[in-house]
Order: sequence, then structure tokens, then C-alpha cells
Amino acid sequence: MNKAGERLFNGLVKENPTLVLMLGMCPTLAVTTSAVNGFGMGATTLVVLALSNLIISLLRRVIPKRVRIPAFIVIIASFVTIVQLLMQAYLYSLNKALGVYIPLIVVNCIILGRAESYAYSNPPIPALFDGIGMGLGFTVALTCIGAVRELLGAGELFGLSVMPDSYEPALIFVLAPGAFFVLAALTALQNFVKARLRKAGKPYDKIGSGCSEDCMSCSDKGCSRRFYDASGEEEQAAPAAGAASQKEKS
Amino acid sequence: MESVKELLIILVSSSLVSNVVLSQFLGLCPFLGVSKKINTAAGMGGAVIFVITLASAVSGVIYKFVLEKFHVEYLETIVFILVIAALVQFVEMFLRKAMPALYEALGVYLPLITTNCAVLGVALTNVQKEYGVLTGIVNGFATAVGFTVAIVILAGIREKIEYNDIPQPFKGMPAVLLTAGLMAIAFCGFAGLISV
Repeated sequence: MNKAGERLFNGLVKENPTLVLMLGMCPTLAVTTSAVNGFGMGATTLVVLALSNLIISLLRRVIPKRVRIPAFIVIIASFVTIVQLLMQAYLYSLNKALGVYIPLIVVNCIILGRAESYAYSNPPIPALFDGIGMGLGFTVALTCIGAVRELLGAGELFGLSVMPDSYEPALIFVLAPGAFFVLAALTALQNFVKARLRKAGKPYDKIGSGCSEDCMSCSDKGCSRRFYDASGEEEQAAPAAGAASQKEKS
Repeated sequence: MESVKELLIILVSSSLVSNVVLSQFLGLCPFLGVSKKINTAAGMGGAVIFVITLASAVSGVIYKFVLEKFHVEYLETIVFILVIAALVQFVEMFLRKAMPALYEALGVYLPLITTNCAVLGVALTNVQKEYGVLTGIVNGFATAVGFTVAIVILAGIREKIEYNDIPQPFKGMPAVLLTAGLMAIAFCGFAGLISV
């Protein structure tokens, strides 16, 4: 139980996928035009992430190491399809608002990253809670970003008008450029905090994100590499991921 | 002639009006990650044009002749992501054997594209908008051209602002994101160009 709580805290605060690890930026920018949309996207991702973590962890002794990435993708894509069909049936308007970004959860690097760095090397219950924790972290971050954009851009919060009438909504924040500006502010804030931590003698380092780098600097050494180099790099990456999870256990 | 006009409209609207990166936020990772130099940005753009055009052709054909025929349209996400991953790997092997010159130019960028959500996004959008195979290919090509335009412009600006004196926390990515935001405002200007 303690373990489960630790995983939840880890996903929500310590390794928050959006605010700390900076993963999964495409959906973060695209769907946070309002708090409700951000929450919907976060909740959908949470369901997929928790279930895929659970199944991958259960199958971790069955899936051969060399074909694990394609196997992960098939599992994740199956859950995304299930969730998408359920949403079409029961949450049609939200499904319509999120549009193509629902099926695109498949390529969200948070999910593949957690599968690779945690679920594949840990037992099912912690993996499930890891997925829930990470999903909650993602949901909270997306809801907050959505709320800020909605507040500035439309003067509303969850669809309710909260700003005084004299407030002139800065429409740009619900349009595409606003997303870039909000993310820029967020990254700058993160840089600021990192610099502070470094000065205070608590150097900030990334832990077990699955990707070698975050989305902001995903380049030729980025996550997509892992699809290919079945030989050299993956062999090196696997013990590293194992070591990272070992570290987390202690 | 009507259909030619339609294709032209799709060409302009997918490449400029609803630009894939600046208004739909697809393919953001390579957009931010591989835009330090104009040369590499152009190389990435070329590879993206090549792969997305090919992928929309293949996924269009598969959707029409396999998924629709057997009434399993709901498998589109699973099938498309596997097809795209296999396709990129196949293209890489084929280019290395058959066209070493082209492989030299595009090779390093190909692996980066598999997880690029723009490829899957275009394939899914083609299905959602009920485009035929040819229209889908044109849409894919136009989307990729839009990506190339955006990434080359961003790389050009980044080369210029690299040594600018900006506040410490904004150095690096935040400055790039602000640039992208300003570019997105500029691209908003295309909005009235065509009404689809």
C-alpha cells in the first residue's frame, strides 16, 4: 500500500510528466483550449496509461525483449481504440472536441516511456499505480494549463464566467499562438526553478522518463531511436532503465 | 475540373491555413528538436515530405481495400501505426540499397519520423474527412510541405537569435517557443485566405 502511495506521489509531483519531465507536448498544447478539454484529455490518457501499464507488466515475462516496442504499441493502440469507441458512444461531445488527438494518444511518449522504463521491469500492482499516478499528474497539469488559457482567453472557468465584466478577454490565449506562449512561460519557470535548485546545492536530474531527453530537446538521440537500434543502444538502455527503477525502489 | 480545384484548395489549406505544426501542434518534437540549423531543418523537411506522402498513399489504400472491405474500420489506429512503423523501416532499408545518394541526404532523419505524430495524424485525418486515395495523398503532401515551411523558417530565426541577450530563464527552449508563438500569429493571417 505504501508502495502504491509512493507511485501516486511520484507521478503527481516528483516526476510530473508534463511539468517536470516535459513529455507529451503535442496533446498538451493542442487540447488545452479550456479546462474541460484539458481534463477530458488527461482522464482519457489516464485510463489508457493505467490499463496498458497493468497489461504490459502482467505480460513482461512473455514479451521477448527484441520485439517489446512493437508489442507495447499494439497493446497501447488496442486500449486507445477501446477508449475511443466508448467515448464515441457515451461522451460524444467531448470526443468531438478532442477529435484526432484521441487516437493520437498512441504516440504519446509518456505512455511508451512508462511502459519501457517502469511497467516492463516491475510487478503489476506498482505498475498500475504508476500509470494512475502519471495519468493524474498529466490530468492535473492539463487542467491547470487549460484553466489558465480559458481564464485569460475567454474570462471563463469550466465554462462559467468568473471575470468581472470590465475584463476584455485576450482571445489569443485560446488560439494556437497562446498555447506556445503558455508553454514558453512554463518552460521558463522550470528553468528558473532548476537554476535555483542548482544554486541551493540540490542539482536536478531527470529520472527514468524512458526517453533520453524530454520533448523539448528530442532530436536524433530522442525517443524514436528506440524503435530501431535493437542492437547497441537498447542493450545499454535496458540496464540503465533497470538501474533507475532499482533506485526508485530503494 | 471541379476536382482539380478541390485538390488545389486542399493543397493551400493544409500547407498554410491550418499549418500542421503551428495550428494543429502535430510533429512538435522534431519541429523543436531539429530546428537548430537551416540545413538539417531542410533535410528533416525533405524526409517528412517523402514519408508522409508515401504513408498517406499506403494507409489510404489499406483503408479502402482492406479495412473497409472487411468492415473492420475500428482497427484503423492499430493498423496505421504498425503500417507506418514498418513502412519507415522498409523505406530506410530500400533507400540504403537502391538509392545511396538519397539515403545519404535523408537517412539520419528517417528513424525520427516513426513516432512523429504528424504521420499518424495525417493518415487519421484523411479517414475522418473521408478523402479518397488521391485526395489523401495530396493532403499528406501539402501537410508535409507546411511542416517544411514552418521548420525552415524557425531554423532561420533560431540561427539569428542564438546569441541574443535574453533573460536567463528564457534562454534556450522558452525563446524558441515564443518564436513559434509569434510565427503562429503570423500564420493566423492565412486564416481568411480560403474557406473550406
